[in-house]
Amino acid sequence: MKNKDFKVLSQHLGGVSRRDFLKYCSIVAAGMGLPLGAGAQIAEAVVNPKRPPVIWLSAQECTGCTESLLRATHPTLEHLILDLISLDYHETLSTPSGHQAEEARAASIKANKGKFILVVDGAIPVKDNGIYCMIAGRTALDILKDTAKDAAAIIAIGSCSSWGGVPSADPNPTGATPVHKVLADAGIKTPVINIPGCPPNPYNFLSTVLYYVTFKKLPELDKLARPMFAYGRLIHENCERRPHFDAGRFATEFGDENHRKGYCLYKLGCKGPETHANCPSILFGDTGAGTWPVGTGHPCFGCTEKGIGFHKPLFSRASLHMVTPPDTYPHTQEQQGKGATIAGVVVAAAAAGAAFAAVNKVAGKLGEDEKGKK
Amino acid sequence: MEIKRRDFLKVAAAGGLLVASNAHPALARDPKTRSKDALGFLYDSTVCTGCKACVSACKQYNEMPQSSSSPQDPLWDNPLDTDSKTYNIIKLYKNGTGEIKDREQDGHAYVKRQCMHCVDPACVSACPVSALTKDPKNGVVSYNKSACIGCRYCQLACPYNIPKFEFEKTFPQIRKCQLCSHRLEKGEIPACAEFCPTGATVFGKVEDLLAEARKRLQYKPGSKQVYPVERLNGKAVAEREVTPYIPQVYGEKEGGGTQILYLAGVPFDKLGMPMLGERSDAQRSETIQHAIYKGMVAPIIFLGGLLYVVHKNTKDHK
Repeated sequence: MKNKDFKVLSQHLGGVSRRDFLKYCSIVAAGMGLPLGAGAQIAEAVVNPKRPPVIWLSAQECTGCTESLLRATHPTLEHLILDLISLDYHETLSTPSGHQAEEARAASIKANKGKFILVVDGAIPVKDNGIYCMIAGRTALDILKDTAKDAAAIIAIGSCSSWGGVPSADPNPTGATPVHKVLADAGIKTPVINIPGCPPNPYNFLSTVLYYVTFKKLPELDKLARPMFAYGRLIHENCERRPHFDAGRFATEFGDENHRKGYCLYKLGCKGPETHANCPSILFGDTGAGTWPVGTGHPCFGCTEKGIGFHKPLFSRASLHMVTPPDTYPHTQEQQGKGATIAGVVVAAAAAGAAFAAVNKVAGKLGEDEKGKK
Repeated sequence: MEIKRRDFLKVAAAGGLLVASNAHPALARDPKTRSKDALGFLYDSTVCTGCKACVSACKQYNEMPQSSSSPQDPLWDNPLDTDSKTYNIIKLYKNGTGEIKDREQDGHAYVKRQCMHCVDPACVSACPVSALTKDPKNGVVSYNKSACIGCRYCQLACPYNIPKFEFEKTFPQIRKCQLCSHRLEKGEIPACAEFCPTGATVFGKVEDLLAEARKRLQYKPGSKQVYPVERLNGKAVAEREVTPYIPQVYGEKEGGGTQILYLAGVPFDKLGMPMLGERSDAQRSETIQHAIYKGMVAPIIFLGGLLYVVHKNTKDHK
């Protein structure tokens, strides 16, 4: 990397020297198992002005969302953060820490005002002015509000930032609040996309980001601001065990004969019928065939659905959400044709009578003509 | 022919006596009551999700073949009503857009139809050869194919349109739900209740089911309540949010009472249930029949009157 290239970059990095930066790039490359030469490539890639900058904030979270993302392979995370986006700040993945990292964030926000994507994982505690989650001496609430107003769009990744998740479970001691609510209360109008899940399927996040990178706009969202391509359908609709449900074949206990046969898990408390997600279609991450909760024999617990995961008891039975029932049912009152009404009969009779009279008259005239000719 | 005024009045008086004796309430047959051990279901339409697991389980455990509503293309098992191959069916009530479950306007609701195992069954009353009998203990109305003569009176008598005749067979039988008697004998519960995943169909003693139904009507809509699944007082339960009920337990008194009880969120006539009085058809018809033939008094008087008239009018011919 030439010195003049670095000058462009240095304003993004907030006082990191060229030497330190190259060191960092090499460490990142090594950390991801890339050859050492990739360090230079990383450095080049970061200067590419086309890539949208991304800032990733963490609040009350378990890093599960990041962990699942690290295990994605198409595209791999390093491909994502090196070639496709510019991940300017991430508390887990950043090599610099402390003031260096904080400065990088501040610099990126300043330089990319209104252009960067903000990713948030974890719920935001709001009780007692948000003192239950502090980063670098500031509350998560404060940092979020500060960063969100300058972002182009916000992706709330994971159930915690989408709905509150684990920290918001009763009795919610820290007042854990989802991102969209914090922003709405603060009057910040930056659009929020929810990618719920615990953790969410990394591909739902990657696809959303790549969609934005490719088309420069946000994907189609549902009422709860989830991307339609991933959360458009209920798990129940595409579940591999659905035929067992329809045939009334249910596992009634863990390990019973029906459970071992792979029957439907509804009676064990599967929340598939009220949870929107694409788990049955794309399974989970890259962990192998059949590996998603229902595939392994455990009922879905509804992690992606607001008010279900972490709120409804794990083995309680789900209610079946169906907007309108299909027309394949026999009806309580089968439709029948209506008989003729009196008015209808009168009109028809009058018409028939008029027609008859007319024909009669015409026929009579024809006869007269015949007579006249003779 | 000449009938004297005096003779006419005599016959008329005898007839009047007959009518008066019929009208006397002491002669009316008493309504039948549920046996203490009567078994049945409580079907709660608000809990039902229309999954039809009961329909397929019923077919499986009663060894019924598929029944298609389109004979030209019999691909699916989709009967429109209970028939000779279907003892149990889930029907749909749908109004307008059908958006909200258990709402009358622009809503939908499911209803399960099968033999109601009436307390005083019209089919048993109408059967001339006692092919249909009601068990005095558990109250199951069952069918004996060896006794049946195929008159199909039961079909006409049933207010719920349940007994179905095998018109397609050479040696036809009447087909209807017999509360899985073959499973009850083995200590199992009827298939539709066992396979209902939500607890919409619960099996138990009618007495207890009635108490459960009355309890549910007291639940506050929106509150969380525990509902039994499969059977009353069993292991399986499910917690659910209560939705509003129509304050009526269908089958408690309808048509003299049934052993299958219904709860619903939309009016029962909308669900296709017949609106019956508290008196059973069997009680009404048997009151008339039994009064007419009581001790053979009325027929003898009637025959005597006829003979008298004939005798009077044929005297001259001798």
